[in-house]
Amino acid sequence: MLRTLLARAQQKHRTVGFPKLPPVLPDRLRGRPAIDAAKCPAGCRICADTCPTDAITLDGKGPRLDLGCCLFCPECERACPEGAIRFTTEHRLAASRREDLVLGEKEFQLARALDEKTRRIFGRSLKLRQVSAGGCNGCESDVNVLNTVVFDLGRFGVQFVASPRHADGLLITGPVTQNMELALRKTYEAVPSAKLVIAVGACAISGGPYVGHPEQRNGADRNLPVDLYIPGCPPHPITILDGLLRLLGRIE
Amino acid sequence: MMTGASSLLRNGDVVASAEIPCVSLADFREQVLQACEGGARIATLFGRLADAGRVRLFAVLANDAEGQLALWSTEVVDGYPALTPACIQAHWFEREIAEQWGIRPEGHPWLKPIRFHRSYREGHDAWGRSAETPIQPGVTDFFKMTGDEVHEVAVGPVHAGIIEPGHFRFQCHGEHVYHLEISLGYQHRGVERALVGGPNKRTIPYLETLAGDTTIGHALAYCEAIEALAGCQVPARAQALRAIALELERLANHTGDLGALANDIGYLPTASYCGRIRGDFLNLTALICGNRFGRGLIRPGGVLFDLDEARHKQLEERLAEAHKDVTNAVELLWDTSSVRARFENAGPVSREMAVELGLVGVVARASGLGHDVRSQFPSGIYRFAQIPVSSYHTGSVFARAYVRWMEIQRSIAFVFDQLKALPDGPVRSEVGALAADSAVVSLTEGWRGEICHTALTDAHGRLAHYKIVDPSFHNWMGLALALRNQQISDFPLCNKSFNLSYCGHDL
Repeated sequence: MLRTLLARAQQKHRTVGFPKLPPVLPDRLRGRPAIDAAKCPAGCRICADTCPTDAITLDGKGPRLDLGCCLFCPECERACPEGAIRFTTEHRLAASRREDLVLGEKEFQLARALDEKTRRIFGRSLKLRQVSAGGCNGCESDVNVLNTVVFDLGRFGVQFVASPRHADGLLITGPVTQNMELALRKTYEAVPSAKLVIAVGACAISGGPYVGHPEQRNGADRNLPVDLYIPGCPPHPITILDGLLRLLGRIE
Repeated sequence: MMTGASSLLRNGDVVASAEIPCVSLADFREQVLQACEGGARIATLFGRLADAGRVRLFAVLANDAEGQLALWSTEVVDGYPALTPACIQAHWFEREIAEQWGIRPEGHPWLKPIRFHRSYREGHDAWGRSAETPIQPGVTDFFKMTGDEVHEVAVGPVHAGIIEPGHFRFQCHGEHVYHLEISLGYQHRGVERALVGGPNKRTIPYLETLAGDTTIGHALAYCEAIEALAGCQVPARAQALRAIALELERLANHTGDLGALANDIGYLPTASYCGRIRGDFLNLTALICGNRFGRGLIRPGGVLFDLDEARHKQLEERLAEAHKDVTNAVELLWDTSSVRARFENAGPVSREMAVELGLVGVVARASGLGHDVRSQFPSGIYRFAQIPVSSYHTGSVFARAYVRWMEIQRSIAFVFDQLKALPDGPVRSEVGALAADSAVVSLTEGWRGEICHTALTDAHGRLAHYKIVDPSFHNWMGLALALRNQQISDFPLCNKSFNLSYCGHDL
């Protein structure tokens, strides 16, 4: 008993100050990329050719980078001889609409809060059912970690539940494999309305590295209406938390 | 009569495809059966399409005592007498061969699909299904018990927690489990087929997300295969950084598993601390390369990120902190009699069963076996810096937990040693063209156990075939048998003590 108490003292209080305080992130974190199209020489397409998921397209006005496909790998940044594309440590990546994930000319539109009526229902208590549909256990792990004392998801009234019938929505990871399609649909149908769908990670948004494979469906929104997209491979837990809190209107 | 000698290889040796012995079916069977009788393990056994619609079977037999791999092959058309009745460790491989190539291993005692996809050889299906017959995951035969008060419990593919999908069927009488059958395939994404024709820009992301919690392990096995085929020497500093990353991956996962085991028996202090300390180890990987799982770090030729002096110092300091915390958190387990009572005797796997099933990794070492790729088939820096093999003899949940704890301590000591003596120099070398018409077997000790990649190149030096064996492929059957004569309420505990990969199996 005494040992248990002494251990408790040694392990200290470890919950992060986020969202009240800015998050502490690794300095090499590859967060939201910044593109400086002015540096791009005419006709250059090195970044687009390097990108493993073809997340980068060129339309004459410079590169467009689709965060929904991006694996946040270092390849484009390393390949660009002009330094026109670089990763910042900006962790805020979540968006409400698929098209908002495309970086280019426009200002990046972060996820909006649910409308007031929906927020009255879910704002202080949101129960989610997680479904991995071909996820590699990267996204799953960094969603799961939100339940630890570090992120303490419960303090925001968000909880992962065992049954879809107890849930207000689904949090989906993975490209939606053919072999999980039916199970995912049944799980969705078992969630009472009104319900939310959250897609976490490149796979769940676009199929990720598996895009185009006949064994999968290129992401969750081919079959289900998605309310929140959280890009990454996998997204940092702080990015996921930021997305959830924006949806609930807890971060402006 | 034996024709030809086997190719005896070490981990990472390249052999010309023409030199891989292709023997008669009878000789092939005899070689595999004899070797396994003599204590060898099947590291991999797979088929690939050969000329004239035939399928060539390849077997890699690992001789742990000698640190040698024997490579054999033969050709079959539609069926062959199964190895499984005489050599149980072939059972899952033969089911895979049947499913992928429509080859029937005749006499296989339980021939069912493992991933639920169509055969790769059009017009050939091991179960005689037509192209129109839908293939649905989990729709297949299952063992059934009948009798008064016997009941079946079916779980999954969608589970209660945040985990990957799989289907589990228990045959029970009350709490007592007579049999558990595990049906997978829900995560199948078609990785192996997509790797053919590479390497290309998508190859590394496939390997890094093959089993996301083993990003370093699989990326490393792949890179070592490619470097062998290209005759590329990886700089010493890169080898050390790779090993540090591999051990950090082990530390994070083992720590997480010990926390989860504590959670499953309701011992919350360790569950809570280890959940956090797991993240501390992941954050050390992120300190090196920006990603908690090590994505973007390992590339053919070396690594993409180096340690500057400040980072090096920070890594040492934070590792020391994590060491202190993990020791404190985990020792609570061994000091608490109620924890020991729940761990001991739960989910036993005997040494004999582990040998028979060909189990690998933590699970095998917890049943008293001594194999560890880092020790018997070392590559990279492990050829120079040895890690003692951690094993325990009881085969129970306790043993699997305790082996993890021993490995945590040894991995931390290893990382400190590497950081103290980090070689100078570059962290990446050029990788040239791959040898044409060649083969290589690459083994790595991932945190779950032996990862085995076999690469075959074509006449242009592109990947003609790429076979992946995640340790989970060997070990899922171990979990099924560990549950026999246990209480069904102990399933979460036993399952966590194995903590196998679904996507690593399903590919």
